[in-house]
Amino acid sequence: MAITKLLIANRGEIAVRIIRAARELGIKTVQVHSTADADSLAVKMADEAVSIGPPHAAKSYLNIEAILDAARKTGADAVHPGYGFLAENAGFADAVVAAGLIFVGPSGDAIRTMGDKVAARAAAEAAGVPVVPGSDGRIDDPEQARIVARAIGFPVMIKAAAGGGGRGIRIAQDEAEFDNLMPQASAEAKAAFGDGGLYIEKVIEKARHIEVQILGDGGRAIHCFERECSLQRRRQKVWEEAPSAVLPSFVRDKLCASAVALAEAVKYRGAGTLEYLYDDQTHQFYFIEMNTRIQVEHPVTEMITGLDLVREMIRVAAGEKLGRGQQDVRMSGHAIEVRINAEDPAKNFMPAPGTISSLRVPGGPGTRFDTLLFQGYQVPPFYDSLLGKLIVWAESREAALARLARALGELEIGGIKTTKSLHQALVADSGVKAGQFHTRWLEPWLERNAERLVA
Amino acid sequence: MAKQLLSPLPGTFYRRPSPDKPVYKNEGDTVAIGDVIGLIEVMKSFTEVKADVAGKIVKFIVDNEEPVMAGQPLAEIA
Repeated sequence: MAITKLLIANRGEIAVRIIRAARELGIKTVQVHSTADADSLAVKMADEAVSIGPPHAAKSYLNIEAILDAARKTGADAVHPGYGFLAENAGFADAVVAAGLIFVGPSGDAIRTMGDKVAARAAAEAAGVPVVPGSDGRIDDPEQARIVARAIGFPVMIKAAAGGGGRGIRIAQDEAEFDNLMPQASAEAKAAFGDGGLYIEKVIEKARHIEVQILGDGGRAIHCFERECSLQRRRQKVWEEAPSAVLPSFVRDKLCASAVALAEAVKYRGAGTLEYLYDDQTHQFYFIEMNTRIQVEHPVTEMITGLDLVREMIRVAAGEKLGRGQQDVRMSGHAIEVRINAEDPAKNFMPAPGTISSLRVPGGPGTRFDTLLFQGYQVPPFYDSLLGKLIVWAESREAALARLARALGELEIGGIKTTKSLHQALVADSGVKAGQFHTRWLEPWLERNAERLVA
Repeated sequence: MAKQLLSPLPGTFYRRPSPDKPVYKNEGDTVAIGDVIGLIEVMKSFTEVKADVAGKIVKFIVDNEEPVMAGQPLAEIA
């Protein structure tokens, strides 16, 4: 089933990225857009554009009927969901297929399984992939809870079974504290969620966020090595690297093999990412979740492997086999991506929409800038703040850091505040240079270095 | 004399704290200075819109989930 015309159900820099991949494959593109994005770069670049509704995403980019209607009217035969919006909506994947179109991504059922944290954890365990040690499901009996906590080792996290988004979480450093906190946590969970059920999970202290890129064709899967995304603010990644600065090769082999095992176990088709917590003291890794889509930070993997991940996901969606074995995927050098957001680092990252009065894009060897910007563009206030991603590659991490500093110096975005100054401060930081960070590292660093973050 | 309450930011106007909660204020409600009457979402970050005068909300000029420009009137307070 060849794809001849691809509808892009997304916006921003990823829409531009998908148009580029499609064009190189000889595929025509249809860009759907809200009225706020009529002047966007993706709309200008695509072969056709269809307005699907007002600025509010629920009425445009999340409007499944309007998107499928645009596909029918333009004769598109496939839909690429990008990331965010409907990318991990199993119902959308099903609706695209039911409309007789190809969904560039996994099946609705694979999205459902891997999108549910409990189901994904069960699938991982069944495939022999380590998960964060904890109780298998909920525990109501305090005595049984104590036995589980002892077995997994302190500190442990006590979480409300019905909770979410960080609510109802307590950390017990030892057994005495655990005995105090259990009844409190249960009572609080009952009051807050109407369900006193709890579950227990080991606390991975100073964990690093390491994820494995995989590609599957519905039968076979291969990995494209790991990315490290430990520099996060409010659980949002701001800086990503490939490979990780600290992963020994014997751990990399095990980690990547575990990702392939899980992808093959769920017959994964498309590009996907398995996220892990990694403890660099013990070299243990723990699966946390899978993202069943292309990710923002995919370019660092492309830079170290030479693969075009978006092209590969379009190819396998059209029914092609992977066409390469694991031995054909090699990594070379080091890549770093920094997210350039329309936010003011000096004002607690307040969003900063506005008009781009001038633009100078970095270039030169090993430098890539994936962006939605052009001079005169009005950055709308309705969507996320990502303006572009500056990606550099060099033969070593040290050289990549030097190249990043050089490229950031070349980048000039006039008219609005951006996070460029954050990345200039980070690239000069001794902790970042040494690769010594974890997922809770950046936020205290931001407090200590507030005066350096003038936008 | 009626006074217009202006949007402090460009973005999307919401009259509820979250989709499953009731509206902050209805037309006809009295408000004090500092009362929250809605939210503006700018790039996934939410800012409360507070009344800058006391009085009664005569009407909302912008509907829930509608796009607004900075300085655009959201409601009339008299």
